[in-house]
Amino acid sequence: MITLLEARNISKRFGGLTALSDVSLTIRKGEVYGLIGPNGAGKTTFFNVLTGAYVPEEGEIVFNGTELPTGKPHEVVASGIARTFQNIRLFRELTALENVMAGHHIRSRANPFSILLQTKHAREEERLITERAFELLRYVGIERFADTVSKNLSYGDQRRLEIARALATEPQLLALDEPAAGMNATETGKLRELVQTIRHDGVTVLLIEHDVKLVMGLCDRLAVLDFGRKIAEDVPAEVQKSEAVIAAYLGGHGTHKAGATA
Amino acid sequence: METLLQQTVNGLVVGSVYALVALGYTMVYGILGLINFAHGDILMIGALVALEAIRLLQLHAPDLGLIPTLLAGLSISVVVCMILGFTIERTAYRRLRNAPRLAPLITAIGVSFLLQTIAMIIWGRNYHTFPQLVSTTPIEPIAGVFITPVQIVILVVSAVLMVALVLLVNKTRLGRAMRATAENHKVASLMGVDTNKIIAATFIIGSALAAVAGVMFSSNYGIAHYAMGFMPGLKAFTAAVLGGIGNLGGAMLGGLLLGLVESIGAGYIEDLSFGFLNSSYQDIFAFIILGIVLIFRPTGLLGERVADRA
Amino acid sequence: MNELANAIPWLGKRNPAAARWVVIALALAAPLIAMLFGKTWVRILDFALLYVMLAIGLNLVVGFAGLLDLGYIAFYAVGAYTFAFLASPHFELHLPFWLVLPLGAVFAALAGIILGLPTLRLRGDYLAIVTLGFGEIVRIFMNNLNHPVNITNGPQGINMIDPLVLFGWDISRPIRIGEEITINSLFLYYYVFLAFVVLSIILVQRLQISRVGRAWAAIREDELAAKAIGINTRNMKLLAFSLGATFGGVAGGLFAAFQGFVSPESFSLMESIAVLTMVVFGGMGNLAGVVVGALVLTALPEILRHVAVPVQQAVFNQVLLDPEVLRMLLLSLAMIFMMLLRPAGLIPAHSRYSRPELVVGGVAGEAGK
Repeated sequence: MITLLEARNISKRFGGLTALSDVSLTIRKGEVYGLIGPNGAGKTTFFNVLTGAYVPEEGEIVFNGTELPTGKPHEVVASGIARTFQNIRLFRELTALENVMAGHHIRSRANPFSILLQTKHAREEERLITERAFELLRYVGIERFADTVSKNLSYGDQRRLEIARALATEPQLLALDEPAAGMNATETGKLRELVQTIRHDGVTVLLIEHDVKLVMGLCDRLAVLDFGRKIAEDVPAEVQKSEAVIAAYLGGHGTHKAGATA
Repeated sequence: METLLQQTVNGLVVGSVYALVALGYTMVYGILGLINFAHGDILMIGALVALEAIRLLQLHAPDLGLIPTLLAGLSISVVVCMILGFTIERTAYRRLRNAPRLAPLITAIGVSFLLQTIAMIIWGRNYHTFPQLVSTTPIEPIAGVFITPVQIVILVVSAVLMVALVLLVNKTRLGRAMRATAENHKVASLMGVDTNKIIAATFIIGSALAAVAGVMFSSNYGIAHYAMGFMPGLKAFTAAVLGGIGNLGGAMLGGLLLGLVESIGAGYIEDLSFGFLNSSYQDIFAFIILGIVLIFRPTGLLGERVADRA
Repeated sequence: MNELANAIPWLGKRNPAAARWVVIALALAAPLIAMLFGKTWVRILDFALLYVMLAIGLNLVVGFAGLLDLGYIAFYAVGAYTFAFLASPHFELHLPFWLVLPLGAVFAALAGIILGLPTLRLRGDYLAIVTLGFGEIVRIFMNNLNHPVNITNGPQGINMIDPLVLFGWDISRPIRIGEEITINSLFLYYYVFLAFVVLSIILVQRLQISRVGRAWAAIREDELAAKAIGINTRNMKLLAFSLGATFGGVAGGLFAAFQGFVSPESFSLMESIAVLTMVVFGGMGNLAGVVVGALVLTALPEILRHVAVPVQQAVFNQVLLDPEVLRMLLLSLAMIFMMLLRPAGLIPAHSRYSRPELVVGGVAGEAGK
């Protein structure tokens, strides 16, 4: 298996609070990788460091053999990592199609001059973007709503749209922040299928999730964070057996020190 | 040296007026996250209403005496401005509390211009002479520095009001409710705070301070005018940002500092720019400070009070 | 253009093609209709078109990118003063307008970048205040840069600015056809300005329906999410600022040539607010609305001026509300009530940043509406 992403000794502090402490993990190409942990374990902080929103005090992230820039979200996207948000963040007044089209921004080149002059290249590119955006809507199953203003979509469809928008940036790694949050069983089931299709089509998926059941069923490997430290990283079956993990989830404080990283 | 001392005194006087107005901006920003553009115009209304009241009193009760006349005029203007502040919040801002972010700001700009227009309709475009009920003749110079009785009054009144406000916010039930609301509307209302009432109270207090500031401003310069609120308003906002918006102490510090910089800067601008700029550029100091603060230290000198605002 | 046509009540929905012709006919015939009421009205129309250009430019910044710029009129001033400096007896320079106008646009764009570079990362409301301050600084300099070296001629402003000369033809002079007919220069200016407005609309629409327009909309809707899809928000905001300023600069140059003189008075904060009100009134981010907003809010105060003053004379025997007060009253009330009652503006737009019809079969989603 080829390594796609390697986080090395990441530490992140907020004032006196250490949100991440010396976290290292490795994501392999083509897998669905889960990141779980109790509330406040540092999952979202890690996510924000990965996607460039936070600058870590220590450590680095190597993606595809090169170090990722920190604190520059748009450059992180350009190098091939796309994300969704825990509390869906769509461009609410834009249609579903336009949301996805906006996602193509970094993969298109037209500049203000070619746009103002409507050069052949600019027109052709615009047509291609539109076409690709329709394809992606179809891919996540909401092409019926292409022309619907996104704030009027149902909750589940908004999630799908957000994933389609992220895919439009043509990522190698798709990072989903609690995608199942607020979903009912049917919707979660459909989401699981979508994630599997995405992985099948060659995009590596990083899944941050609260829903342990979903993670266990979907992920090839996963890491567990607790109090900002990684307490386990393995295949689901092994992680489930880890005492440290059980202790963390059952709320045993301090016990995680006993169980070293698996 | 004497110039410097003199400019320092002048700066402190103007600065304490800025500070009073800045408190109003900072309280509203702390609670609603809104720049209340119309706040400077409340100052203007305060000055003009006081002017009108004093004129009427002088006409109908000429024997009242200077200080009672001034106090009566001031009280009327404070009451009018409190009602005005309450009305503006109630009619224009309350409905927009959950609107897209630009909407309340644009409305506030509209309210500001509406107030100016109304003042223009009532009082015309002319500059009015503001009755100088407290003397503006300097007393015996101390160490070569001239200070007028009205300036002394301004310094004292501002200091008293600021202390009173700090006590109100920190020691009373209302103050506690204001701080709770600033921190989190939802939680505060769950804890039984009537946030609508608290927000209205914030506007009322801020408007009262602006009215006092307006009367003092006009007493010092001897004029009142429909557009007089714009510059002090803008400068007071600058002062609030300079000190750290949402932070009461910051607003006071920012106001005084801005007054000092402006006053001392105006005294030396000609030398500093080799005669190219003169004191008619005085007003750009505030903007330059605003720009520098926002770019290099957007949280202000004392820091924004994100959690414990108000 | 299509949106304008669609906005016509009744006809717009029933027969879009006819509605389009109505718009074109109205645009072409407007000065002739105005002439029926006197030359003043043609002049007002000319000014209305300048305001349309300003509103289109400001809309790009406020409506598309969601950046509240309260000092927009400063760019208008830069354009106007550039024209005045380079084509008037003030510096004894008389460069041709096809050189001066673009220069004014470039200077305005540069001013936009200079203002934008340090300020665009500020929160929206702070940006509003800083831009307002910028507008005031520009005005203070216009007022005072007559000493010790006379650059702007201070509050008196600059006079005798060269008119527009197109291919050796001075359009400030009436054309005479035969003995009887003369075409007033106000008409000529109208059509020149109309051409500029039409060009502006076409250009802005192209920007709107492009990756740039969508990037602006994304920043306006959710800046964090915009960053998360790889948009370089700083550059895109800067682009909006400088392009918006460019329109202001061009309009300023045209204004200087048309009016023949410029002074700081024309570039007060009130004018920035007036243009903002036009954008808000018509509908932020919606070109058709902005055009209509600018036309209505330029024409309405003038109509009031010509109606309200005589009415007040007749009823009260005096003028209680002078025209300038009426204009301010109208603008401030328009701003407040639009935000409270109809925040989407006069002509609320269906979101329009794409052309799904580009893809055959793509509009299959109509059912989902």
